[in-house]
Amino acid sequence: MSGWDIGSDLIHITLVYATALMFGALGGLWSERSGVVNIAIEGMMTIGAFTGAVVTYFAGSPWIGFIAAAVAGAIFALPHAVASVTYKADQTISGVALNFLAVGLGLYLTKLIFDGQGQSPNLASGGTSLMIAKVQIPFLSDIPFFGHAFFEAYPTTYIVLALMLVTWYILFKTPWGLRIRAVGEHPKAADTAGVNVYLVRYMAVLTSGAFAAMGGATLALTTTASFSHSTVAGQGYIALAALIFGKWHPIGAVAAAAFFGVVTAVKFLLPYIGLGHVPLDIISMLPYALTLIVLVSFIGRATAPLASGVPYEKGSR
Amino acid sequence: MNAKERNTDVFFLPLIAIVLGLALGAVIMLLGGYDPIAAYRALLNKAFGSMYNFGETIRQITPLILTGLAVAFAFRTGLFNIGAEGQFLVGSLASLYVGVEWTFLPTVLHAAAAVAAGALAGAFWGALVGYAKAKRGVHEVITSIMLNWIALFFVNYMVKTFFLPAGQQRSVAVAETSYLNIPFVTELFSNARLSFGFVIALLCAVFFHYYLFRTKGGFELRAVGFNRHAAQYAGMNVNGGIVRAMAISGAFAGIAGAVEVLGVFHYQSVLTVSPGYGFQGIAVAMIGGTAAFGTVLGAVLMGILTFGAAGMKFGANVPPELVNIVIALIIFFLAASGIIKPVTRWFRARKQRKEAA
Repeated sequence: MSGWDIGSDLIHITLVYATALMFGALGGLWSERSGVVNIAIEGMMTIGAFTGAVVTYFAGSPWIGFIAAAVAGAIFALPHAVASVTYKADQTISGVALNFLAVGLGLYLTKLIFDGQGQSPNLASGGTSLMIAKVQIPFLSDIPFFGHAFFEAYPTTYIVLALMLVTWYILFKTPWGLRIRAVGEHPKAADTAGVNVYLVRYMAVLTSGAFAAMGGATLALTTTASFSHSTVAGQGYIALAALIFGKWHPIGAVAAAAFFGVVTAVKFLLPYIGLGHVPLDIISMLPYALTLIVLVSFIGRATAPLASGVPYEKGSR
Repeated sequence: MNAKERNTDVFFLPLIAIVLGLALGAVIMLLGGYDPIAAYRALLNKAFGSMYNFGETIRQITPLILTGLAVAFAFRTGLFNIGAEGQFLVGSLASLYVGVEWTFLPTVLHAAAAVAAGALAGAFWGALVGYAKAKRGVHEVITSIMLNWIALFFVNYMVKTFFLPAGQQRSVAVAETSYLNIPFVTELFSNARLSFGFVIALLCAVFFHYYLFRTKGGFELRAVGFNRHAAQYAGMNVNGGIVRAMAISGAFAGIAGAVEVLGVFHYQSVLTVSPGYGFQGIAVAMIGGTAAFGTVLGAVLMGILTFGAAGMKFGANVPPELVNIVIALIIFFLAASGIIKPVTRWFRARKQRKEAA
């Protein structure tokens, strides 16, 4: 492979592996911007991967599975909203509970449905593949370098990039977004101005669940082809890190998720750039070490939404 | 709410949460067509059915006490340590190194040095999180996550490079002089892999309580956790406190790693995923209300449930993952205790009626 091919491939593979993280990071963003800490992205992605794989298997269409995953994610996020908004629970603890619940529920139901198997059936094997297929955008995919890099991808990648723009537009250009941000920064002021703090937070947390679950479904329907305990395996936590790294901004969060995706791509391409002999462990470690160094040396103080993690009590100051 | 009500709530809320969690778990089993009574009986039988199983349950509980203390300690100082997982791993690596290499030490000293090495490595890994937070303002959750992954790959790399016999997936064994096991205890429990580590874990719980509530340093850390700005105004060294708190927190998790290597496996495997004790420690600390004694009880509950879960598969054909659902429900009810407050209120009202009658 020439240098150009490798560069083009690097971007291509990065987009494949970063897509799920982008969904997860955007999901976390909705909740946290409204002032509800969301450590449960991991759990929401797990539920999404489970629902995506299982519904696709029975319905015979990955898109039905994908949409079902989004719905399941919103439903799964409901207890987090009830706990954090209505019952003013410690949002971190509630999130931890949801992560445990997702792993337990996902595997319990998988074993219940598939006769004790710890893994859903492989969606890629058998007569016809039930996976979401890559698309080639006409004409654009013929452009040298950029064609393969950007215009020959899973549709989910385009969906998440579109959702990034939608999120950005809603948050910063619409009254609804202004309400979400106000509730996340200063709920008392928002309340005084007539915003229903509880309603806004409920909607934001449910949206969060739907987005993150689409990320989980992306994993099951584009890369892993089934649901098992190792489908999500910590990627929700990386999405959370990407959200913080990206400073709670939609474009920042997606860019940070892409940064983590680069790693996986580099791992695949090592042999082609003459680094096949470098231990995989060292390569795998690098992105995290690099992120840490960047954070400690340049970025500094994280700017979480002010009211993040603080339950709102109507009438309190 | 008066003080007496608060005290009964501290005791009753976890209890009700546990009962509700187990009850809902039973409902879920019924919905799945399983027999919950047989399942819970099989669970208890697995956890306590024989001296061997009882010993293995204690083995399961031991690291949970320590990672639970790690999370609870940080929580008390206003920090969320999601990195006990990584601190656990570097602790196990350090104790493996001392256990394998420092064979010039005599029996008891060797084990002590190996545990100390685990504690120090964990403390260092935790202190990094504290430093990034205190000096550079980086959120502890993100540094913890990064350090978890770095620890996983770093420990694997070190084990593969320096401790792996050719073609094996597990390291060479530590010297017997560094074992934490006591022969007659092991015999008593029919060769279950329990060790002196359990006593170390309990001593750590005592230290946790003593340090936080009986020393000036501990008072400072609690003050920082309660209100950082007030602590600063009172002339306390807030940044130093954050680093110190994370170091102590990491030391607990590091000791957990040491105990696993020196008391259970006597070697370190090449890992594909983290062992999960750090994340379970979060649950343990929450169930225990981030208090020392509570954390021990939380670990006992968690240890029984996770070790006994395997029994449910054989005893009642119930997938062991059900236990994670039960644990999740318990934590959830504790977090959103408002949901179960009506129950405690009802209990109190009934008691008062009885007293009046």
